[in-house]
Amino acid sequence: MHGRPRRPAKPEDAAAAEAKAAKLRDLQEHVLRNHHSRTYTKEALGLSFKLLEINPEAYTAWNYRKLAFQHNLGELSEPEAVKSAIDDELRVVEVALRQNPKSYGAWYHRKWLLNQKLAPVDFKREFGLLDKLLKMDARNFHGWNYRRFLAGFMGVPEEEELKYTMDKISDNFSNYSAWHNRSILLSNLLIKQSKGFESKQKIFSEEFELVIQALFTDPRDQSGWFYHLWLLAQTSSPENPQLIASWPSNGSNCSLSSLNSICCYSLKEGILPIVLFFNEPVKGLSSSSVRLNSDLVVGKNIQWRPLSVTDSGHSNCWVAYLEVSNLEYNSLQQFSVEVSITNSDEIVSRSGSNYNCPVHFSFTFKLSNNDVAQDTDPIHDLISWNCSEPLPSHVNPSCISFEQLKITNTSVHKESNWHLERLSDEIELFRELPDDNSKFAKLTLARLLLACAAIKSRGSSLVERKGYCDEALGFYNDLIHLDPSHKRYYEDERSLVLMDQLTCDMDALKKYFSVKVLSKLAPLNHVQLCRLSLTCIGFAERLLWVQMLDLSHNNLRSIEGLEALQQLVCLNLSNNHISSFTALEPLTKIVSLKVLDLSSNEIGSHPIDTTRYICSSPFSHKVEACEAFEECRKKNINVEEFWDAILFFKHVNLIQLGFKGNAVVDKENFRTLVLTLNPSLKWLDGARVH
Amino acid sequence: MADAPAAGGCSPQQDYPTIDPTSFDVVICGTGLPESVLAAACAAAGKSVLHIDPNPFYGSLFSSLPFPSLPSFLSPSPSPSSASSSSSAAAVDLRRRSMYTEVETTGEAPEPSRRFTVDLVGPRVLYCADEAVDLLIRSGGSHHVEFKSVEGGTLLYWEGGLYPVPDSRKAIFKDTTLQLTEKNLLFRFFKLVQSHIAADAAAAGEGEGEASGKLPDEYLDLPFVEFLKQQRLSPKMRAVVLYAIGMADYDQDGVDSCDGLLSTREAVKTIALYSSSIGRFANAEGAFIYPMYGHGELPQAFCRCAAVKGALYVLRMPATSLLVDEDKKRYVGIRLASGQDIMCQQLIVDPSYEIPSLDMPCTTPVSNSPRKVARGICIISSSVKRDSSNVLVVFPPKSLEEEQVTAVRVLQLSSNLAVCPPGMFMAYLSTPCTDAFTGKKCISKAIDALFTTKASDDLEGHSETTSENNTEGVKPTLLWSCVYLQEITQGTSGTALSCPMPDQNLDYRSILESTKKLFSDICPNEEFLPRNSAPKYADDDSDSSEITR
Repeated sequence: MHGRPRRPAKPEDAAAAEAKAAKLRDLQEHVLRNHHSRTYTKEALGLSFKLLEINPEAYTAWNYRKLAFQHNLGELSEPEAVKSAIDDELRVVEVALRQNPKSYGAWYHRKWLLNQKLAPVDFKREFGLLDKLLKMDARNFHGWNYRRFLAGFMGVPEEEELKYTMDKISDNFSNYSAWHNRSILLSNLLIKQSKGFESKQKIFSEEFELVIQALFTDPRDQSGWFYHLWLLAQTSSPENPQLIASWPSNGSNCSLSSLNSICCYSLKEGILPIVLFFNEPVKGLSSSSVRLNSDLVVGKNIQWRPLSVTDSGHSNCWVAYLEVSNLEYNSLQQFSVEVSITNSDEIVSRSGSNYNCPVHFSFTFKLSNNDVAQDTDPIHDLISWNCSEPLPSHVNPSCISFEQLKITNTSVHKESNWHLERLSDEIELFRELPDDNSKFAKLTLARLLLACAAIKSRGSSLVERKGYCDEALGFYNDLIHLDPSHKRYYEDERSLVLMDQLTCDMDALKKYFSVKVLSKLAPLNHVQLCRLSLTCIGFAERLLWVQMLDLSHNNLRSIEGLEALQQLVCLNLSNNHISSFTALEPLTKIVSLKVLDLSSNEIGSHPIDTTRYICSSPFSHKVEACEAFEECRKKNINVEEFWDAILFFKHVNLIQLGFKGNAVVDKENFRTLVLTLNPSLKWLDGARVH
Repeated sequence: MADAPAAGGCSPQQDYPTIDPTSFDVVICGTGLPESVLAAACAAAGKSVLHIDPNPFYGSLFSSLPFPSLPSFLSPSPSPSSASSSSSAAAVDLRRRSMYTEVETTGEAPEPSRRFTVDLVGPRVLYCADEAVDLLIRSGGSHHVEFKSVEGGTLLYWEGGLYPVPDSRKAIFKDTTLQLTEKNLLFRFFKLVQSHIAADAAAAGEGEGEASGKLPDEYLDLPFVEFLKQQRLSPKMRAVVLYAIGMADYDQDGVDSCDGLLSTREAVKTIALYSSSIGRFANAEGAFIYPMYGHGELPQAFCRCAAVKGALYVLRMPATSLLVDEDKKRYVGIRLASGQDIMCQQLIVDPSYEIPSLDMPCTTPVSNSPRKVARGICIISSSVKRDSSNVLVVFPPKSLEEEQVTAVRVLQLSSNLAVCPPGMFMAYLSTPCTDAFTGKKCISKAIDALFTTKASDDLEGHSETTSENNTEGVKPTLLWSCVYLQEITQGTSGTALSCPMPDQNLDYRSILESTKKLFSDICPNEEFLPRNSAPKYADDDSDSSEITR
């Protein structure tokens, strides 16, 4: 079933295929005609059977049979007749499965039949069918799916199904489906606290023991490694979501310009963003799950929005915008805001666990009325990025206390000792795996080390932590050479470790941090992460306060995560590998962004935009045709070609833009497009526009 | 034991039938496995064959005997050769010798003793992918034999304990006694050999040297034990691969024993056979199978094939002398106990007959010190491995005592093979040796290591409770045992061929190899049991995918 080489088709096969196709087309036509005319006679049904026998993937034929079955059922009164009608359908499914045991339509038809609950199900027959099927191919995930369905349908205890997975794994441990089913069953049993499954530690210790037997026997088999990764994820991450950072941070004081407080450019826009950052994607933040108390009347309709480019509803990062535009500038009054999240059933992680560590923090802000504030155009002059220049002598920003940024973990896991021990044991073990140059061993070691580092970061042992990270970096560097086909994945992982190391504490970050003072402007918190071979962004929760960020001369392909930086005013992304406008979508969520350098990227040089499929586009019907499209059409801009550029420039409000060195610049009308959609633009590629 | 299909030889003793015709292409005396295979092969090649045996049963030295007949078979009382010469042709008396010495029996034979069947060739099994199995299928003999698998696998005696032999990926994964690195290195070694075997097979199939995956020649020429050391296998894993899978007989770590030193090339062949045996038959567990009712069924099956092809069978017919031509250069026939002279082109006798030498160059050198094998037969009350019926045990060299230079092999059989009553087990032991003392010492040490002679508390017997209560550490009780020595002779060709004896091996490979050689001496231009030689049966399309039942 698996691992058999495909043999090239012979000429006589082609002729046979041709004949088969002709027969199929003929049958299909007949069945469709019957379908449309609602002919449900025996002959008509026989034709659909013939079609499905040859091609079980003919989904319409299955649907036709469902309709016919329901139609004919109306005429049957005797239970015996009903039973035989069901048996007939079941037999059709079996014949189809013989042709293709992985036919979605056939399996679904069977489930549908059982779900009708018209006659008692012959479970012996069903399990018999399954046994036969799984003997033929123990890895047929359709079979496993159906098994889960059946087990649920007839209420087979999960303990028994767990034993079955063990049987199959003992037969041949190279069985993704069996391991997968095991993970599902174990999760359920642990959640339910079934007898014998009360202790997660005990169960997981046993599972680690089991899977390690497989991993050491044949390190080149992937299935066990996948199960190991699942176990690792279960062991190393906290069970419940946690709030790990916020902006403004606890006790901070924001204003537009003051040396004693955090300067906040978005106040200029009349809004104050409040950012909450969780350790894993959650959903369910609302004005009821997150309480805002303020002496300022903030209006009842505070809306929490996920800051994420996917639309699953889950996000690590959530934002609420406080409207402050109607406040009097002259009042030197301080406003205080309190944010509290209590135990809430509403805030739920992807795996379904609730937020359960109550958090409370507060901050103040004030509006000042100095000259700068009244200048409607804060960034007059061209911002120059000098990433080659050494940063000015380290200024410890008085306005930021690094530790304040973090919401300290009030509840350090009492089990974390076990976790650490378990992980250390695993690391020792895999170090002893005789060098196989196994990519999975290296990858797993890297992940184990990082999981240890993550646990250590909750404590204070930063030296140990650094050791873990350094070793993990070494493994990722090895893997990039060892397994070039997954190079990009390893590069991304390596970037995350790098970002982690650079930002894990103030001492580390000092090297990259400065305060940029621009004329007529409040100082900007400036972070320079250049020439570090980063390919993606991580640990954005530690950079929520950054206002000027230089990421030039990296290998960034994605900037997902930057959307959390709601204070960002200036961003340099020049000399990276960004290849599309859709990859820039995170920037459209940053209201305060004014200066953007995108020069020397790859926008427009790749005919296929690989990020398009996840972002909103007019094609996914998520974005309605807006007036920007109309506006561009009037200026003879090809909207069909430039829809992604139009959407991007429509949603940002830039004053300075660097764009040279991208292939798209050479296209007709591109400059017109930029200028049309960004009327406030003053500098384009270092030259004044107006 | 079935009667001869062709000759109606059910007549009382001394009342011999007269055989007609009196001249055959081939006359074979003795119905051991090599003789029977030759009979089937010669008959299939179109030769006229007369196959006789002095015993009333098939199998000769390869037979399975009812328990009460064993003592007389092992130590026969010399029977007077009563031949009344009446023929004109010159004759040389034919003498038989006993191949068994030093027979030593202990214990009371449990009743009912008739229900025990004893193999003379034990311990012996067939690989599922064995040539013997192919021969059975090719000749149609598989219709007459049923097999059961040695489902308990192989156990290795190591540092005073028994450990399962991890012989497949599945077994390595499930083994709880192995260390993780041992698992890793052992499976890696298997994979290395597997890919070599696959590449070898692919290269043989396509006729072109596809080198990927093949082991380089310098590895293949290495002693196997050195190769295993290079692969960083631990001593225990080396013992597993050398003695339980590679089937080495002699101590591979010994410096002076270059005689029995296994080369990598040879060992890889054995491993290839072993691994292709696992999973060959859907209903056979493990690599080995054993014939129901004992090994005596195998020669009988081949005799049936020969009979179907026209061979004439006469049991209870001793031969008294060989007939010689005028120049006293060649044997031209045989004189039977009935006094009848049968003329033939080719004479084949089983190894218990001494062929008197004629004045002609002997084609095969006779070795001065014949090789020997020490064998043991035991009846025990419970299984050496819990919940298993048929099990192999290997004692690698030095595992019993420092002076032990040969591996001792043990095969335990249960009542599911119909060789003993339920609740009892037969165990066969063997080890090659040069002298009786060391051979028998090895066997009895192995018996002591596996079994206890002291009957357990419930003397009422060997009821099922005993076997059920057999936990780890409780040894099975030895009820009866017999230890003896057997000589090993090779097949020799000449004008009268002598067939090989049952050897010290666990399988029939080398016996069949020399049998094939003998056949090519008789019929130089004929194919040895060609595929189409099997008679057609209605259910022949089954392709033997379910040889065991």
